[in-house]
Amino acid sequence: MKAAAFRYACPPSVAQVCALLAAGGGMAKPIAGGQSFGPMLNLRLAQPDSVVDLAALAALREVLDEGESIFIGAGVTHAAIEDGKIADPSGGLMPYVAANIAYRAVRNRGTLGGSLAHADPAADWVSTMLLLDAVYVIDGPSGTSGASAANPGRREVGSGDFMQAAFTTALREDEILAGVRIRKCSGTFSKNGSQSGSHGITRGTRFGYFKFCRKSGEFAEAIGAVLIDPARGVRRAVIGATASAPHLVRDVDAVLAGDAAAMAAEVRAAGCDEPYEFQMHLTALRRAVAMATAATANPP
Amino acid sequence: MNPINLHINGRAVAATVEPRTHLADFLREQEGLTGTHLGCEHGVCGACTIELDGAPARSCIQFAVRCNGAQVRTIEGFEGDALMDQLRAAFSAEHALQCGFCTPGMLITARDIVLRLPHLTNAADEARIRQELAGNLCRCTGYQGIVRAITRVLRERLGVVGAVGTVSTVGAAHAT
Repeated sequence: MKAAAFRYACPPSVAQVCALLAAGGGMAKPIAGGQSFGPMLNLRLAQPDSVVDLAALAALREVLDEGESIFIGAGVTHAAIEDGKIADPSGGLMPYVAANIAYRAVRNRGTLGGSLAHADPAADWVSTMLLLDAVYVIDGPSGTSGASAANPGRREVGSGDFMQAAFTTALREDEILAGVRIRKCSGTFSKNGSQSGSHGITRGTRFGYFKFCRKSGEFAEAIGAVLIDPARGVRRAVIGATASAPHLVRDVDAVLAGDAAAMAAEVRAAGCDEPYEFQMHLTALRRAVAMATAATANPP
Repeated sequence: MNPINLHINGRAVAATVEPRTHLADFLREQEGLTGTHLGCEHGVCGACTIELDGAPARSCIQFAVRCNGAQVRTIEGFEGDALMDQLRAAFSAEHALQCGFCTPGMLITARDIVLRLPHLTNAADEARIRQELAGNLCRCTGYQGIVRAITRVLRERLGVVGAVGTVSTVGAAHAT
């Protein structure tokens, strides 16, 4: 359980990080919190020539209120989200999800962006970001294709286009995830789950999130996730922890209405055909729908 | 080999490490701090849990080279810490260990639970304590004694009267 030898660098700028990744010719990997990559190195599932540490990039830990949305830097830890130390655009969903990722010792180091870039289908954030329709903000070398003239090293990718398959994302070898931009959900929830009207919003966001884990803190066997934000007209549902990227439910009205045939069809569309898998995902979805549509909004 | 400068248990340490050396191996092999135990070496068992910059972390999946400038506190660094002393006494009184292999990680996790969730003093809070402990595996005790020990300390600190497992909370203001 010792990692194979690798070179290590901790550059102070995004440009230097990207240059090192480019120079690695596919054998250089960035490391953020290292809570997935560390085990993969120890197990020698990953044997890169060089590891490029993102720890010196303070901008990755920024959280910016952009008016209608909040930008969350990729380097924000699960624990910071769990503890409400950063602005929450999600009406309580993100702290709820964060609190149940792995274990506290892992959440203290593991980052939102690291989890997203790693793109393990069974992880929570890939499903949650699809549910929230997050925009992925990517930094790369200046002049990267798809970048804007104003910011030639930066491009953006929609929530459905970032994760392409298990452990496969839209990130190029010389790019890193800078963060995600999430539209603010209506209403806010205090830490105990009760709705707060202090921001002058009367109709709040409701969410449902259910995952099956063999043991607390293990990766999920199945994820069901639902977001209903009446004020913005948002109704979304996601089936996660599949063999590939999470599935965005197509017939969301039927699913939210509890239509059993529609739910089953969505689970099959998510690629969960095998009987055990099918049943786990169907039940996770059903429970997430029940949680989001319950009369008493969100549980603590 | 890469040079690193960090603080371990309050002491400034300058060392050189191979990038692939994880923090737990560095602490044990180069610094002689063998209180940090290694079980699974891939972040599952929790035996190697230490405090990194004031919060619990897995030292087996953290590379020493990444800890330049960090504050590391191992189980040895908690000697004389009032809360840790209280937890050690409670672990002993409640039979919260048998072989002791998981105990350093358990104690550091337990201390974090007590500080972060000081209101978990009711019998109904046992489920939450067990959930918080899910990242630390113990193969001897079945966790009963560990949960009791943590609950005992939580109750002592809030001045809750009555044996662990009873619901009465006399005179305790629940700080939430």
